[in-house]
Amino acid sequence: MPTGLKITQGTFSYLPDLSEDEIRAQIQYGIDNGWAVAIEYTDDPHPRNSYWDMWGMPMFDLEDAAGGMHEVTRCREAFPNQYIKVSLYNPKLTKQTIALQFIVNRPNHEPGFRLVRQEGADRTIRYTMEPYAASQPHGDRYAD
Amino acid sequence: MAGTSDPARPRWMAGVMPYKEMGYWKPDYVPEDSDIIAAFRITPQDGVEPEEAAAAVAGESSTATWTVVWTDRLTAHDNYQAKAYKVIPVPNSSPPSWIAYIAYKHDLFEEGSIANLTSSIIGNVFGFKALKALRLEDMHIPREYIKTFQGPPHGIITEREMVNKYGRPLLGATTKPKLGLSPRNYGRVVYEALRGGLDFVKDDENINSQNFNRWRDRYLYCMEAVHRAEEVTGETKGHYLNVTAATMEDMYERAEFAKELGSVIIMIDLTIGFTAMTSMSHWARANGLILHLHRAGYATYARQKNHGVNFRVLSKWCRLLGVDHIHSGTVVGKLEGDPNAIQGYYNTLREDKVPANAVQGIYFDQDWAHMPGVMPVASGGIHAGQMHQLLHYLGEDVVLQFGGGTIGHPMGVAAGATANRVAVEAMIQARNEGRDYYKEGPDILKKAAKTCSPLASALEVWGDITFDFESTDVPDVLELPTPVS
Amino acid sequence: MAQGITPEKLISPPSQGTGMYKGDSNFDDRFGAAKSPEEFQELKDPLREIPDDLEVDAQKLFTESKVKDVLHRLDSDLVALENVKERISEIAHLLLIDRLRRSIGLEAEPPTLHMSFTGNPGTGKTTVASKMGQILWKLGYIRKGHVVTASRDDLVGQYVGHTAPKTREVIKRAMGGVLFIDEAYNIYRLDNERDYGQETVEMLLEVMENDRQDLVVVMAGYRDKMDRFFSDVPGISSRIAHHVDFPDYNAEELLDIGRMMLDAQRYRFDADAEKAFKDYINLRLNRPHFANGRSVRNALDRARMRQAIRLFDAAEGGRTLTKKDLVTIQAEDILASRVFDDLHQTSTSDGNSGNGQAKTGAKAKSGSKSKK
Repeated sequence: MPTGLKITQGTFSYLPDLSEDEIRAQIQYGIDNGWAVAIEYTDDPHPRNSYWDMWGMPMFDLEDAAGGMHEVTRCREAFPNQYIKVSLYNPKLTKQTIALQFIVNRPNHEPGFRLVRQEGADRTIRYTMEPYAASQPHGDRYAD
Repeated sequence: MAGTSDPARPRWMAGVMPYKEMGYWKPDYVPEDSDIIAAFRITPQDGVEPEEAAAAVAGESSTATWTVVWTDRLTAHDNYQAKAYKVIPVPNSSPPSWIAYIAYKHDLFEEGSIANLTSSIIGNVFGFKALKALRLEDMHIPREYIKTFQGPPHGIITEREMVNKYGRPLLGATTKPKLGLSPRNYGRVVYEALRGGLDFVKDDENINSQNFNRWRDRYLYCMEAVHRAEEVTGETKGHYLNVTAATMEDMYERAEFAKELGSVIIMIDLTIGFTAMTSMSHWARANGLILHLHRAGYATYARQKNHGVNFRVLSKWCRLLGVDHIHSGTVVGKLEGDPNAIQGYYNTLREDKVPANAVQGIYFDQDWAHMPGVMPVASGGIHAGQMHQLLHYLGEDVVLQFGGGTIGHPMGVAAGATANRVAVEAMIQARNEGRDYYKEGPDILKKAAKTCSPLASALEVWGDITFDFESTDVPDVLELPTPVS
Repeated sequence: MAQGITPEKLISPPSQGTGMYKGDSNFDDRFGAAKSPEEFQELKDPLREIPDDLEVDAQKLFTESKVKDVLHRLDSDLVALENVKERISEIAHLLLIDRLRRSIGLEAEPPTLHMSFTGNPGTGKTTVASKMGQILWKLGYIRKGHVVTASRDDLVGQYVGHTAPKTREVIKRAMGGVLFIDEAYNIYRLDNERDYGQETVEMLLEVMENDRQDLVVVMAGYRDKMDRFFSDVPGISSRIAHHVDFPDYNAEELLDIGRMMLDAQRYRFDADAEKAFKDYINLRLNRPHFANGRSVRNALDRARMRQAIRLFDAAEGGRTLTKKDLVTIQAEDILASRVFDDLHQTSTSDGNSGNGQAKTGAKAKSGSKSKK
């Protein structure tokens, strides 16, 4: 059962898709820890694409997850057929990075990646990988 | 062995005199912030008083030899002499033993050299006749000395950013069987485990370049497996390619090839020695690869309660010389380890400020001066059914290595990997929702298994397996000294 | 996160009122709802199908929710304002009963909770809003009890595209609690149809309608201006359920407020000072920019500063200071106010201004005093 048609980045990719209440609970956990809430979206899910587009600024001053859910909803409305993830960022000294990150929206169809092998001498292979969707320009990807 | 005490005897008269009287026992000494301090468990021979034994350890690990030497007078010997300043009896110890505190000026040690530090501190004294046994329990490393070391090539934060995985323990497995698989078959195990949901697979410590599996061929097949798994999951994957070899030249050659093939991580064994480890640490920093350390052989000197070097000290040395991963015990698995002591190792490796903690066996406050943390690795006899316990004891900045628990899965390697991944994600989700996941762990797993048959069968096969042996090394809860710095 | 060894520490135990996962589940845990609202929704005609003798425990809810405590504190913390206290108490009781009705399935729609607080500056609107936040939280109408205060500058932008993110930012911060909009009518400028405030008003209207379970909006300001605002923007008015009017304090009440403030700061008036302060209030009351409690607070701040300078001068002159000196405000600390200087002068520099200005005033006085 290859899982190739569902990218599994993020903390909860092997669980059934999170419900609204479950997303809300994870965001609240981050807020209660003093973490900022950030929403990002992309149509290039390459695992080394570090810079998904930011859906507005990270939210540093929320008390309640409703503010984060509000933006999740708006981002989904704007990009219903792209990848959207929620990141909870811990700014504490010696911990300064994302503390939790999970996908909350996916394209209807995920065609996956093409692996290209460039064969060299002595059986050495250089690998490169690209999302099939990336063969289309931004905006035309994940059209269906 | 040291001479008898004679109050009238001048300090510099040729001959033998007790270490105590040569300046190595200074009960009123107050350690300076920049001192390196060691806590030794000493078991003196019958008839040797603990202060003299402590002074002897201080002497032999710093300037002294068995007899008075006039050449001491050419130096500021007060500065270079280590000072034993306190001995505390270990309750209920038989034969009686003491914890001795010895302070060293940082002038005694070369900057950035664990080899030099260890040559001094554990170089001569462990074979000393005046002692039945000697164990180095803990060391306080001052900020001044810490700043002379490189530290982990990347550390926990950068590793997570490199592999783009946050908020949960990372998952790994060691390829099994350890020995005998051909390179191609070996790579198959790697591929299956990674595509099923693990983040890393690992060479075992003793897989280097044997006649059935030469290193270069193994690297080629393993990296094919890694890239295939990335293709079908869209996630960054890694295989710890063991570069351990007979010479540094061999190790560099192997590491370079791993880099060329696009690996994110390489691996070394503790058996290569501190200097070789440090060299590989510098290589890993310069080349952008994560450095995994397998603590092969550590238990030969870390396990016995009365003799050797406690693993928490090894942990400190490894954080200083710089590795990104280190095997540090599992609490619930098949390998030795008292839960509290293991929590102490984990704190020592990961945290920035580690307070003294008698229950965890930590003798000194340790401030790491913001040196990045090392990711501990839990490996050996753990399985998905223990996920709540693993998360409870080990936290989330840890690599959980499920070797048998992945490869031995009745539905296959990939299914075993999926079971582990689902278990860890479900447990993190429950914890974050505020549930008492330690208590409700089995229920949380059962519920997750409803939508994941590999997890259901993993729970069925291993659900009840535990390794409940009494630990041979439990920290003594001593009165702790006034914390240093 | 590396603390993970004891992950319990990282999860703040779900405190009261943080039942964010399933609406008000935590409320129901506390008060043992007979059935969940979902279950009741299946009932076609609750009035008929729920047995008439199904018992509810109003007293238990009142005590255990600790709403009683908040009302008590409201009463003791605030001087006078009897009608306001009464209104708040009424609202609290209405919500209590609503809670009970919902607990047995008698209500479907969440009630509208947005309010308007009208009155002059310094009449306690902000304080009451924070108490209201506590009440709503304890009754499970909002998930957190916090109050976010905002005025036009926080909400309305300076250029195209600036307003929506600004307003949304404030709304998101307030979610789960109370959004208190001070001088709400400033948001909207009827005379300028290109004003960006229009956008803020529209966004507020939307959340007041659609996100009622996430946010309670309290709009505050002068009564007459609020009335005009509501008639200009009927949409806002129709979404506000409770109007509370805050009257001005009379001189006696203001003196009480002054005493309470001093007491909280461990100071007291001597007899002359109290009389002087009464005079001060009577004079100040009729001058422009009078701001009730706030003016009292500012006047006392300045009196404390003058006392400090007086004590210092005395110490320099060789006097030994006692505790009594440190806690006592004397008449001269009050009478030095410009309000007494020249009753015909229309200057307001000693009125509603900040401390900075007062400080210079005090310094100048002390300078002239030491010359004497």
